[in-house]
Amino acid sequence: MSALDELRRLRRDSTTDRKRDNKAAFWFLLPWFAGLVIITLGPVAASFGLGFTEYNLIQPPEFIGLDNFTRVFSDERLHNALGVTFTYVLVSVPLQLAFALGVAMLLDRGLRGLAFYRSAFYLPSLLGSSVAIAVLWTQIFGADGLVNRVLGFFGIEGKGWISDPDTALSTLIVLNVWTFGAPMIIFLAGLRQIPGVYYEAAAIDGVRGWSRFRHITLPLLSPIIFFNLVLQIIHAFQSFTQAFVVSNGTGGPSDSTMFYTLYLYQQGFSRFDMGYAAALAWFLLLIIGAFTAINFWAAKYWVFYDD
Amino acid sequence: MTTELPHPIRYRGRLSAFAKHAGLVLLGFVMLYPVLWMVVSSLRPDDEIFRSPGLLLESLRTENYAGGWNALTPAFGTYLVNSTIVVLGCIIGNLVSCSMAAYAFARLEFSGKRWWFGIMLGTIMLPIHVIIVPQYILFSQLDWVNTVLPLIVPKFLATDAFFIFLMVQFIRGLPRELDEAARIDGCGHPRIFLRIILPLMKPALATTTIFTFIWTWNDFFSQLIYLTDPEMYTVPVALRSFVDATVSTSWGSMFAMNVVSLVPIFLAFLIGQRYLVRGITTTGGK
Repeated sequence: MSALDELRRLRRDSTTDRKRDNKAAFWFLLPWFAGLVIITLGPVAASFGLGFTEYNLIQPPEFIGLDNFTRVFSDERLHNALGVTFTYVLVSVPLQLAFALGVAMLLDRGLRGLAFYRSAFYLPSLLGSSVAIAVLWTQIFGADGLVNRVLGFFGIEGKGWISDPDTALSTLIVLNVWTFGAPMIIFLAGLRQIPGVYYEAAAIDGVRGWSRFRHITLPLLSPIIFFNLVLQIIHAFQSFTQAFVVSNGTGGPSDSTMFYTLYLYQQGFSRFDMGYAAALAWFLLLIIGAFTAINFWAAKYWVFYDD
Repeated sequence: MTTELPHPIRYRGRLSAFAKHAGLVLLGFVMLYPVLWMVVSSLRPDDEIFRSPGLLLESLRTENYAGGWNALTPAFGTYLVNSTIVVLGCIIGNLVSCSMAAYAFARLEFSGKRWWFGIMLGTIMLPIHVIIVPQYILFSQLDWVNTVLPLIVPKFLATDAFFIFLMVQFIRGLPRELDEAARIDGCGHPRIFLRIILPLMKPALATTTIFTFIWTWNDFFSQLIYLTDPEMYTVPVALRSFVDATVSTSWGSMFAMNVVSLVPIFLAFLIGQRYLVRGITTTGGK
């Protein structure tokens, strides 16, 4: 058989392969595709449509035009919820990442017992989103709670941290910072990829301490920091359980723990104002999208890629 | 590395290592303290919980567990069973559907692949709140509210794209020669998938299992929305109505049930640590 024949045969094979792959891909992707249409994209489109209606699940949806979307701009409780959510995201995420990075750096490079420490710091991340820990938190920061008893030990008079609108949100921020273990593990993996030669060269030049961190670790780790930042911001925007349990579903005291998602839940599933809830959901998507876009834009100025 | 250093430097190195360990142990202790305290408190009478910030038990009291177990109707066992059903269903669903999709994305050349892959990645970022309202309407029209179906069925449709991505990454690391050899031997894609790729994917499947277990067990939002009948409550929903129902709250029994609800997470963590860490570093989970 000549080489040309061989080539022809191969080419024919690859087109039948392609057809076969297409057919196989159809079956392998069928569940995912059905999910994409029915569970994900369909509802996304539907929630956009619902946003233009008034619908309480009982009467058929009634078209009300842009009312739900304009309501977003005059709804004072929503503005408060946005403020609470932004505060939560903008305070707790940087704190959490700073902790994660600090501890990861302590754990890096030939420390004995790494596996043990890693587990101890990571466990809270797995527990943190549970109702059980939220219940525990209401006790810890309650008037007779653990925090006040420890403070009392030192002769400091505490207060009901969770029942005071000035401090209620802070207790949830503490809870989020407490779960720094997951980003810490990502930082650890990133630190391990920084070649030791950089540090050795720096040591020869007498660079250590803060400037070593500032000029070597930080730039080389910046893609990982960026990754954690984007992820944790998206994650923090969606927080729900903690605020719901701590405030008994009210977002109180005085709406001080009224997270955006909690407000959305109240509108949709306590008041059954499905149209407004759908509009709120779209608004949330826009906010998260905007934050992510800003992050990506800002990344140009501080994220450093080695290659 | 270990060339002989002059004495004072070696001494300083050891001292700073010791300080580092001491600091880390202290920090770890502070982090775990609330949880340890809760476990101890679940074995204390209520008035002692409010007195003692320490971890020492004066007397062992197990009544809190009996009290908490029977505080709601039905008793706590029902919620554990419900949670277990939901978790198992979700695990099976994720394993089956995500591995199939991952095989297609990692190994098949089909038209529009890049485009579909991009869409798949995009759905990882989509907040559940954006789809929950229409989804709820859909499931309530199917009469699925107050059943486990709205929680489990989506998993059979590979809606947890995070795991597809994780598995794609894993399959890409497997040598292609293996499936090419099988192909020359006349195997079609279903057989290559079932006989070659799937058995090699065990670590990725284990990671998926552990994460699905923990996330589903902890999940509150969708279980709160879909399960409104006490007979159908899962553990988190029951815990929360516990807080709601007990006006004269007994922290002891509440903590006891908190502990019961966290034990499966803790066990999953112990068994699956390796896979959890790997899953987090390859794809950056929560």
